[in-house]
Amino acid sequence: MNPAYSVIFFTTASGAGYGLLVWLCLAEVAGLLPDHRWLPFGTLALALALATAGLLSSTFHLGHPERAWRALSQWRSSWLSREGVAALATYVPAGLLGLIWLFGLSSPLVPVLCLLSVAGAVATVWCTGMIYGSLRTIHQWNQPLVPVIYLALAAASGAVLLALILSVWGLVWPALLALVALGAALALKLAYFARIDGSSAGYTVQMALGLSPDARVRVLDPPHSRPNFVMREMGYQVGRRHATRLRRIALGALFGAPLVLIVVSLFGFAPALLTLAVLSLALGLIVERWLFFAEARHVSMLYYGQSEA
Amino acid sequence: MTSLPACTDKKLGLSIDLDICVGCQACVTSCKEWNTGGYSAPLSDHDPYGADPSGAWLNRVHSFEVSEPGWARTLHFPRSCLHCESPECVTVCPTGASYKRTEDGIVLVNPDTCIGCKLCSWACPYGAREYDHDDGVMKKCTLCVDRIYNDTLPEEDRVPACVRACPTGARAFGDFADPDSAVSRAAEERGGFDLLKEFGIGPVNTYLPPRRGPAAQANPHQPGHPATSPNGARVAPLPASLAKPGGTLEKLFAWADRALTR
Ligand code: SF4
Ligand code: SF4
Repeated sequence: MNPAYSVIFFTTASGAGYGLLVWLCLAEVAGLLPDHRWLPFGTLALALALATAGLLSSTFHLGHPERAWRALSQWRSSWLSREGVAALATYVPAGLLGLIWLFGLSSPLVPVLCLLSVAGAVATVWCTGMIYGSLRTIHQWNQPLVPVIYLALAAASGAVLLALILSVWGLVWPALLALVALGAALALKLAYFARIDGSSAGYTVQMALGLSPDARVRVLDPPHSRPNFVMREMGYQVGRRHATRLRRIALGALFGAPLVLIVVSLFGFAPALLTLAVLSLALGLIVERWLFFAEARHVSMLYYGQSEA
Repeated sequence: MTSLPACTDKKLGLSIDLDICVGCQACVTSCKEWNTGGYSAPLSDHDPYGADPSGAWLNRVHSFEVSEPGWARTLHFPRSCLHCESPECVTVCPTGASYKRTEDGIVLVNPDTCIGCKLCSWACPYGAREYDHDDGVMKKCTLCVDRIYNDTLPEEDRVPACVRACPTGARAFGDFADPDSAVSRAAEERGGFDLLKEFGIGPVNTYLPPRRGPAAQANPHQPGHPATSPNGARVAPLPASLAKPGGTLEKLFAWADRALTR
């Protein structure tokens, strides 16, 4: 599948934003946040800015961005529509929290609004994952692990961001939380690679053309002289060796370097080390998301010379 | 609404005979010609006469070389939307622009509400949807919905443009919900099959398999196609001199023909 940059930016940025929102709200409910006038508001603003930048960028790849509001209508059947509804709904409790914190008010509603924000953020990320996870045409996406990994990566990136912010107050628990979240996401991602490697949905070119399983098929003449939309969008593939190298970069930048940096940060220089961890994580996430697309194979390519999908 | 109708009154679709398609691309060009001025207008092209031509087409014909033990041939393979019974292209659509009609089962895109997110093209296992980069919306086969019910056209033109254009009668149009329709009977007689049956999306269009063996030429047109003449009555018999090989040259050709088809 063709990795569209707007979608890569959208899913990584909004994932990190929602992850940060979740941990911020949970920490507030648990009473773990240091007492500072601007900390909750500033962190919330960063979370919503990331989520919003992602959502906006996702509209860039639309043919008609001005009609994007129509995407809210089909939540009964469409995960993309559900994602839009969940994302908008999350702005309500998160926005109210923002107002409360902006004006430094105290309200008994805060814990409720926090938990509603958490629910909205989790639902939004889950829907994003299910947009891909529900597509039966793409074996590498149509896996139960896919939405779980979207959630785990959102949680991990949010936790590292929170650890960076709270390191200013010398807090240690956020760094430990980030370690656990990164470790969990790493385990899931490794399980995912093991799952998709060497497995296929079992569809063959013989099935696609209605021939007996032992028939031999060779493309004689494609229907067009140059790649069409279907080939450009669905036929994008990354070479084996290239993919292996990119996987190493993704795992190293997304998990390896941040894990080491966070452990070292427990002994000092936390803000600087955690800033490096965030930068490395961002690079790793982008490579990971790029690969998620580039390694995905669409069943329609059976008509374009692929023998299995 | 992208939720699917529980069932449709009719199941309009195409029957495509892989045995007699000659890969001439007439259906491809007639489809483009009708639809770039019809419901799907425009079907934009980019660099059409240059080094890297591309564009939105609703029907494509592939050619494969296939062989099974004891049998081999060139297989021309037309591919367009199959108007599936449980089309996931419709259920994934966030706007309701993609829908399946209750009255006849045709799957359409409303070009006024499509946002061009392309998700439907990801959900189709057949690669039947093509995005129009100029128009910013998704395009697909409409089963020539603007021809088949069009009273202003002569009766014989009220079939999809591809069916009308096919010189061999490899494409026929009809109602698969009616077991007595010509397309249903053709599917019954010839062992019509679902493309990628294992995927289970319920395509309505049915493909008739290539015949194996010498019966291949016996019955070239599908029943129901405009080119089909009752009992072949309108086809004049071959002149006697051509009908049976007489001279040495004809015998040689007949022998070569037999030798090559063996
Ligand atoms: S062939 Fe593809 S586009 Fe057409 S109805 Fe089926 S899934 Fe949808
Ligand atoms: S491209 Fe258009 S028709 Fe296809 S899913 Fe998106 S809004 Fe629906």
